[in-house]
Amino acid sequence: MELSTTSRAVVLSAALAGTLALTACGAANEENAGAGSAGAGDSTELSGALDGAGASSQQAAMQGWSAGYSGVQPGVTVNYDPVGSGGGREQFLAGGVDFAGSDAALDEEELPAAQERCAGGEVFELPNYISPIAVVHNLEGVDELNLSPEVVAGIFDQRITTWNDPAIAADNPGASLPDLPITPVNRSDESGTTENFTEYLAAAAGEAWPHEPDGNWPVPGGEAAQGTSGVVSAVSGGNGTIGYADLSQAGELGVANIGVGEEFVTPTPEAAAAVVENSERIEGRGRYDFAIELARDTAESGSYPIVLVSYHIGCISYDDSETAGLVADFMGYVISEEGQQAAAEAAGSAPISDALREQARTAVDAITAG
Amino acid sequence: MSSTRTTPPSRAGTGRSVRRPGDRVFAGTAKGAGILILVILAGVAAFLVVEAVPALTAPAEEIPGDGGLASYVAPLVFGTLLAAVIALLVATPLAVAIALFIGYYAPRRLAQGLGYLVDLLAAIPSIVYGFWGIFWLAPKLVPLFEWLERTLGFIPLFAGPASTTGRTMLTTGLVLAVMILPIVSAISREVFLQVPSLHREAALALGATRWEMIRMAVLPYGRSGVIGGSMLGLGRALGETMAVAIVLSVSGGITFNLISSGNPSTIAANIALEFPESSGIDINTLIASGLALFVITLAVNVLARAIVNRRAEFSGAN
Amino acid sequence: MTQTSTAPAPPGSSAPAPRRGERTRRLPTWAPWAAFLGVAAVVGALWPVLDLNAALFVLYTVVLGTLAVYLLTRAVEGSRRATDRLVTCLVVSAFGLAMVPLVSLVWEVVSRGAARLDGEFFTSSLVGIVGEGGGAYHAIMGTLIITALTTLLSVPIGLMTAIFLVEYARGRLKRAITFLVDVMTGIPSIVAGLFAYALFAIFLGPGIRLGVMGAVALSVLMIPVVVRSAEEVLKLVPNELREASYALGVPKWRTIVKVVIPTSIAGLGTGVTLAIARVVGETAPLLITLGITNATNLDAFDGRMATLPVYAYYQLTQPGVPPQFATDRAWTAALVLIILVMGLNVVARLISRFFAPKTGR
Repeated sequence: MELSTTSRAVVLSAALAGTLALTACGAANEENAGAGSAGAGDSTELSGALDGAGASSQQAAMQGWSAGYSGVQPGVTVNYDPVGSGGGREQFLAGGVDFAGSDAALDEEELPAAQERCAGGEVFELPNYISPIAVVHNLEGVDELNLSPEVVAGIFDQRITTWNDPAIAADNPGASLPDLPITPVNRSDESGTTENFTEYLAAAAGEAWPHEPDGNWPVPGGEAAQGTSGVVSAVSGGNGTIGYADLSQAGELGVANIGVGEEFVTPTPEAAAAVVENSERIEGRGRYDFAIELARDTAESGSYPIVLVSYHIGCISYDDSETAGLVADFMGYVISEEGQQAAAEAAGSAPISDALREQARTAVDAITAG
Repeated sequence: MSSTRTTPPSRAGTGRSVRRPGDRVFAGTAKGAGILILVILAGVAAFLVVEAVPALTAPAEEIPGDGGLASYVAPLVFGTLLAAVIALLVATPLAVAIALFIGYYAPRRLAQGLGYLVDLLAAIPSIVYGFWGIFWLAPKLVPLFEWLERTLGFIPLFAGPASTTGRTMLTTGLVLAVMILPIVSAISREVFLQVPSLHREAALALGATRWEMIRMAVLPYGRSGVIGGSMLGLGRALGETMAVAIVLSVSGGITFNLISSGNPSTIAANIALEFPESSGIDINTLIASGLALFVITLAVNVLARAIVNRRAEFSGAN
Repeated sequence: MTQTSTAPAPPGSSAPAPRRGERTRRLPTWAPWAAFLGVAAVVGALWPVLDLNAALFVLYTVVLGTLAVYLLTRAVEGSRRATDRLVTCLVVSAFGLAMVPLVSLVWEVVSRGAARLDGEFFTSSLVGIVGEGGGAYHAIMGTLIITALTTLLSVPIGLMTAIFLVEYARGRLKRAITFLVDVMTGIPSIVAGLFAYALFAIFLGPGIRLGVMGAVALSVLMIPVVVRSAEEVLKLVPNELREASYALGVPKWRTIVKVVIPTSIAGLGTGVTLAIARVVGETAPLLITLGITNATNLDAFDGRMATLPVYAYYQLTQPGVPPQFATDRAWTAALVLIILVMGLNVVARLISRFFAPKTGR
């Protein structure tokens, strides 16, 4: 009895240990490509780890960047922690991460704190991730839809409730709109997409949109879904649904043309980049701080005003020369044509224009150890 | 657990055994572990309170929604209770029926296997229920919601407009009902098994049909066990997180409308959705709402355990 | 599902002697079956007219069939037996209804998850993966590490508490601990997660995410399960064994370690395995204590870790472009999770079957 129970216990624990000892090998895709693999060009071989944190909106793009960057600098690991914009800025200010990704620029209280955190007292804020937000709809028999800002506001404020409303018909002469109730779909979680969309409505729709810009959707009672993918699947799941989502995720859904000035603009990456380029830079924040005031109410032809802009926030001067080198090199990659293309493939973002690249280049070139 | 339950060891041996250093250390460790349980439970409460305090004392404008903590938490508490109550109303009769089926209707040979099948429902991770709820159940319920709106729309519960995606409070309640079914039916099964066979046989000998025997002998005996079990299920449903977070369409505040897309969230789902991207005072607010959930479930569980335990003492089975 | 509904009542309950005056006619045993088949045929014939689908067909058949059996029995055998048959139909339907989620859920997960159940899923992480491919190696490892840590924390505490309750404690302290363990089983998992976060945030600052935090949160959920099952098993050890040991002069602690625990090792193994199965699929506490990462992190004391349930959640809710690939990965992760939990349940059953002491009953 004694012997047999002991041996049973041994077998038992061996079995348990065996299950846990499956740790033999590492992930197949994580072994570094090895020396001299990719065309590193003229830059020197770097190594180390770069830590960032912030908005989850640019997480997919960041994945594209870090994948592409590992081809340029195989020795560098880029970690990006999607803690949210506020959390990213907070961790950057506290010195926990080397750079932050944020859907909003630093506010008046954060800017001095950031200048204090950085060795030379200068901060860079680069609008490196531009994503057009499309108004997507699922309406049988209607593919082309033109919507002026006031109509978009009316629909999402649940005052325009059927598709054959005269206001919609006025924007779409000749289209046969069905007598179907409109189901507006919004994000249920707090998000940069919602914040930018409400900001657009508040700026462009005027009286028609009585709510303040907010990361939380302000109108109760609509269909709500979690995340961009949730909105897209809710819109595709119903008939007569309308929602807002990153253009790249729109898939098969109809995408509305938005009224800008006298014309209706189809959301495209180029049109989105154009509105960012034409926006005013906020003055008085420092030489390398390219925070912008988006021209939501633009009347410029060919500009698409509903965009989400996400910044990279970091220091011009770091205490540690290794970190400074890594940040400069990585940001240089991010703003390069190759880097923007990688983000466009991974996240469907709009590549920044050459003018923006020139401007960002001045900041990247200035990054030093101090 | 199984059929042979020997009487618990008598305490008589304690005094007689020889006291040695090894004994003292071992007994001390065992006692320490037991007391650690008390400490953990107290710790859960204490740490939640400490982290919730900044939200409790913060000015109302800093709380998300600008209305202060109470108006932030109130719709969540309402949503939590509503979803759990729907789950309970659906699950309890079903669970009792299942327990009766396994105990008195199914062929003896199959009964254990069927019981195991029901228990399997408890083994499925809640996130998988979320996947199932949003991809399988919700679309299938849309026609039902439309029918409810058409025929019963005069009742505020079904006022509509019916959701076109099916991600409603009623769907959520049904998913939760499936999730708490195993625990309610397991406890019901246990108390039904404790019904003295003499009672049952006496009823049958008097010429009762099977249903009459159950109604006269089994149900009155098992009533408090069923109540206790369903309250434990209620506790589960109140705290269930991921399935609700995935299935429910959250927008708007307090409403009894069960089939529209504007629903209040539940405390647990709201924490899961908001926490990963929160910082600062928002986190404290979420922890304060978690504290409210802790207090509610604690009260429900204490009550449920008290009912179940009283039953156990009273029954004096075997 | 309706087919077994009206199996004849077992002999013990079936034939009370009919009283004088009561109708003694009985339906043949095949009659209820025939009633259901007939209803099914009628409903099936009306399929095109009523525009049915499979679910409505079953619904109509069950409802109308139950009604038919009730009316038939009431006409022939009287109202008491009719009520009995009605309840039988209801009870069987209830069981059938409860099986619908189980079957549909397993079917859905298997059919959607099988697509990506390949070698790459188990050997790759998500580092550098854009769109297609990639796997959950990092999440599987994370789940194994966190589960192992949780087991390491919970089993000693749970087992010692059970020993204390069974072998030492008495009076008020015993009642208090038993009660609180019961209450602890009801702590919502998200609250356990918040507790772990609050605990670590106070000492290590806000925004912290560590593997060990997840293990602490899961331990809060696992300890009471271990205590309850270990307590049940230890109570089953016959007192004679303890007394024999004491009589030989063996100290109490050695009696417990050398006699009580070895005797109940099978039950303890089963209980611990089931407790592991209970926590391995937990999502909410890990979501807020571990977060998610794309890279493999095997160090539970440094930074974020991916785990299978959280991985599944994020792949579903935050897919890349196009979403299809991430959604496939999410379903496969759910499938692996179910296989893991079911596997642990089977292991628990095997342990109790093969390691149970052969008591000469």
